[in-house]
Amino acid sequence: MNDTVMQSLLVVVVAGPLVGAVAALLPAPPGLRGSSPDQAVLRHGVTVTGVVLAAALVLAAGFDRDEPQRMQATTDLSWIPALDIRLHLGVDGISLPLLVLTALLTFLCALYSYRYPPQGPPARALVALLLLLESGTLVTFAALDLMLFFLAFETVLVPMYFLIARWGGAQRERAAGKFILYTLLGSVLMLLGLLVIGLRAGTFDIVALTSDGGAGDLARGTQILAVLAIGVGLAVKTPMWPLHSWLPDAHTAAPTVGSVLLAGVLLKMGSYGLVRIALPIAPEGAEVLAPWLAAFAVVGILYGSLACLALVLPGRAPDPGAPPERRLFSLLPRPSGGADLKRLVAYSSVGHMGFVLLGIATLTRTGVNGALFANVAHGLITGLLFFLVGAVKERTGTTDLEQLDPRGQGAALYGRTPRLGGLLAFAAVASLGLPGLAGFWGEMLAMLGAYHPADGLDRPAYLVFLALAGLGTLLTAGYLLLMVRRVCMGGPPEPAPDTGPPGSTSTGPAPAATRTGTAGAAPDRPAGSAGSRAEADAAAPSGHPTGAAPAPAALPDVRGYEFATWTPLVALTLLAGLWPAVLLHLTDPAVAVLLPGISR
Amino acid sequence: MKGEPMTLPAPAGEPLSAPTDLASTDLAPAVRPDGGHLADGFLADGPTASLVQSVDWLAIAPPTLTAVLALVLLVADLFLPARRKPLLGGIAVAGLLLAGLTLLPLHEGDRATFCLASGTGTGGGVAGSCSYVADPFTLVIQLLVLGGALLTALLSVPVLRRTALPEGEYWFLLLASAAGATLLPASRDLITLVIALEVASLPAFALVGLRRGDRLSAESAWKFFLSSVTATAVTLLGVSFVYGATGAVHLEAVAEGLKRVDGGPLHSLATLGVGLTLVGFAFKTAAVPFHFWVPDTYVGAPLPVAGYLSVVSKAVGFSGLALVTVVAFPSAADLWGPAVAVLAALTMTVGNVAALRQRPDGPHSAVRLLAWSSVGQAGYLLVPIAAAGYAADPSRAVGATVAYALMYAVVNLGVFGVVTLVAGGGSPSPRIADHRGLYARHPLAALALAFFLLCLAGLPPGVIGLFAKVTVFAAAVDGGLGWLAVVMALNVVIALSYYLSWTAVLFRGPTEPATPAPSAGPSSAASATPSPSGAAEPAGAAGAPGSSGSAPAGSDTRTPVPSSAAASGPLAAARSLPGGLPLTVAVALAALTALALSAAPQLVLRFASQGLL
Repeated sequence: MNDTVMQSLLVVVVAGPLVGAVAALLPAPPGLRGSSPDQAVLRHGVTVTGVVLAAALVLAAGFDRDEPQRMQATTDLSWIPALDIRLHLGVDGISLPLLVLTALLTFLCALYSYRYPPQGPPARALVALLLLLESGTLVTFAALDLMLFFLAFETVLVPMYFLIARWGGAQRERAAGKFILYTLLGSVLMLLGLLVIGLRAGTFDIVALTSDGGAGDLARGTQILAVLAIGVGLAVKTPMWPLHSWLPDAHTAAPTVGSVLLAGVLLKMGSYGLVRIALPIAPEGAEVLAPWLAAFAVVGILYGSLACLALVLPGRAPDPGAPPERRLFSLLPRPSGGADLKRLVAYSSVGHMGFVLLGIATLTRTGVNGALFANVAHGLITGLLFFLVGAVKERTGTTDLEQLDPRGQGAALYGRTPRLGGLLAFAAVASLGLPGLAGFWGEMLAMLGAYHPADGLDRPAYLVFLALAGLGTLLTAGYLLLMVRRVCMGGPPEPAPDTGPPGSTSTGPAPAATRTGTAGAAPDRPAGSAGSRAEADAAAPSGHPTGAAPAPAALPDVRGYEFATWTPLVALTLLAGLWPAVLLHLTDPAVAVLLPGISR
Repeated sequence: MKGEPMTLPAPAGEPLSAPTDLASTDLAPAVRPDGGHLADGFLADGPTASLVQSVDWLAIAPPTLTAVLALVLLVADLFLPARRKPLLGGIAVAGLLLAGLTLLPLHEGDRATFCLASGTGTGGGVAGSCSYVADPFTLVIQLLVLGGALLTALLSVPVLRRTALPEGEYWFLLLASAAGATLLPASRDLITLVIALEVASLPAFALVGLRRGDRLSAESAWKFFLSSVTATAVTLLGVSFVYGATGAVHLEAVAEGLKRVDGGPLHSLATLGVGLTLVGFAFKTAAVPFHFWVPDTYVGAPLPVAGYLSVVSKAVGFSGLALVTVVAFPSAADLWGPAVAVLAALTMTVGNVAALRQRPDGPHSAVRLLAWSSVGQAGYLLVPIAAAGYAADPSRAVGATVAYALMYAVVNLGVFGVVTLVAGGGSPSPRIADHRGLYARHPLAALALAFFLLCLAGLPPGVIGLFAKVTVFAAAVDGGLGWLAVVMALNVVIALSYYLSWTAVLFRGPTEPATPAPSAGPSSAASATPSPSGAAEPAGAAGAPGSSGSAPAGSDTRTPVPSSAAASGPLAAARSLPGGLPLTVAVALAALTALALSAAPQLVLRFASQGLL
């Protein structure tokens, strides 16, 4: 494909959502009104994201795989000469997978919302915000100008804030505020770092800065300062321990599509920025700060998995009758906010992104490739996990483990919704890094990189990090399997009282209660979707059984649109796990350019 | 300096050139700065300098027109019957537009007038010094001032209609103050500067206190007056010290003079003079610790006047500050550079923290928040001026301030416009809580306000706000003021939280509680807009031409269906707005400008890349 076509494809990909967002605010033209305004605008969202995804796929197909290190489909226009800011866009082997991942996840979210719009204000705003968010992330991955990158990085804040604050669950405004303040604090610091680089080097152009190797132009002190400022900004977004504390709150409060995009796409902006900016432009600064990054990354891995373990283990108080290992674990600090499944997945993201950061911190090709692989894998798997948890919430009205499984014997999702349970188990084992699935390669390569970090880095320290990260994988496997145990498994239904109405367990009554409680208030909602959280939450405890536990109620299994949404993620998880070369062949040559002089 | 008839000899007595003459007289005595030369000069002047000075009327047209307009309105008020008084507003708006148009021909090149004839200057480097210069800096600030005054005038029309403010006096005072503010950036000698500062300030006191019988108004005017007069007095003292030390009043001559006295016996006097001179301008900028008049004054003043103070008065302050620091006192940069930097850091921190503490449901909370946030914004405006003290090219750094000020002027007046609109419904000075559910009532106004607030916060989609801040950051980093950049970064985060929480209030349901049950209706906007008489009447469409394009939710004429109810609502709303057409035009003007600037930030940011002075 010739350059002009590629160029226009990339422009369509990054600008399409922006145009679509504006169009979503306009009234629908005649003929496209659909059955209701909400339906019309949601369909508009599906159309626009679908077109963007198609363009991204064509772009990927036309991408010259023999030269993934070369910037392709580049556009370079002057925008603000006063600040020397250019509209410089392009894709290479590093950004292409993320670009496609973003387009895919947003499309799936739009599709999911079309059939199951989150509760809240009119869908018009939801679609506009989703598209604005998509535009921001796509530009972030395609930007080749530091200031354009920063602009795009900031663009996602407001849409995500409103997605959480307007469509979220309990504590949403607080969570949204925390999200935006943390990330903004990080990104203004990043701005200072970018300005230091740009003003000292005389250009904001990433390609020019990268090809200079940075070292020639920037003094060592400047580099360290710049990498510190940029690194902190990106680390907040990634998130790196101890700057992560906005993430669990944001995920817990966010609606399903918000969570999927936050974990699947937004977090990647941080790690992508580290690879794209910090490593090549300020290599000396990166070398000085890499061990710190690795150390924090490893702490994040351990912290994330321990927090998850504490969440997933049943019972809050130490139970003298419990087996000793359970008593031990119950001493773990339990993260605030209850044993929410979304919070669990969020903390697991902290751990997984720790592997990404560890891979970057090795400054080796192996490690950085692993980090980029883990990036994409985490986007696929965690996106899927959040979709599934959202589906659990939709069916049972809660994501709280203690309510799903009050007796620690399992919520028996396998029995009640076999396909949903199976998918959840699949996503969990993919997330824990089972070989053959996408989660494995990234973490393996990151740890391999840590085994032999770049020259100039302290190898014994990295070996310690490696060992701790290995422990982290064990813990990760532990909590994910425990989660499967508690959510999916469950003993055979105990002999139920013959009168047991469908839904006298803690989980069963939520849909029933909702059906009666909100029949007038929310006529549009399927009754099973638990129209009002407040009522669902109120209803759930009220149904606590006092005596024998009856059979859990059957729940609707995976629906058609859910299959349509999740199948691509499952397929890609399998593909990336079985055939990692499809990604690594793209990233490796590009990484080699970013890390000149490093052979492994 | 291309103006045709600018520097011809002039008779000494011509009143307009008084400052010039004053300066021209001290040429010889400049070498003996003993304070006695002033009188000498005047006495000696008569016979020697038979100078005929002609005035470049075009160059001075913007302030002159504004001043004449003020007088015309004052006189016209006497002859107009009460029911024709609204005509005054129309004249004011048209006159301000005309004054703005006179900037166009000046664009071609630098002009200067009220200059010293080159032959007469011997000492202090005054040869060819001019008191009035229309260079790019002047023109940009004049554009800002006139544009700000124009928006203020548009905001004032409905307010005047609703309240019992005396129209003639109001317009006279507003335009007189605007005339002073237009003169100030062009002034290139200390005396003209001080006079312009006073011309801009004195009517403002009266404007603040114009709400007769209102104790709050009178008290705030009194507070404003006392503190302002004190600051001006201090500035005058400083100016006299500087004059005493250097023997010059023209800024460039002062710069030369300061270099000469450096290290000499008059050094400490000059230093003291420099410091004191800055005070008056810092006061007008509302820099900490000269800020305490701001919240009470803004609350007490009529809303448009508060907007005027926050934009035009601030512009006066920082342009004066930029002129005296960069042009007059460059050699004392090691003195005022750190001082302004500390002032900037304090100003933004105090302003933003205080704005953060405003409770949304407190009395007057919207205006109070705007007042404190304007203090915070003043801090950002000062950053490049501080950086100018360190930078190799100070006038570039000043350009960053100008670019930021232009953004701030448009956006802040836009906010005041929407607040005025909201106030139209009920309380004269609305609370932030009164904005709840604005989106359901006036979607376009809400979107515009959200956009303005995000511009002020500096977050996309307010792209221009973001890049204006980037420019200021770049100036600070360029000047090596890393610590100030970090302080500013923290302040940006603080400011975001209050701007954003205000923005969030706009989109909440009108009645729902803080954690509302989700509304299940197909479109709450549609259901909450009471007048879905969708087919926007042509009159309405024509009556609010700006509003139809001011926000994405465009409003073309279409048949009434639920989906277009949200879009036709705004039109109906625009027609029924309490402010009516002028207010709509003002908000639409601000919104369109801000949108255009966001699409092409180069329009204002180019000032940051070129030497303005």
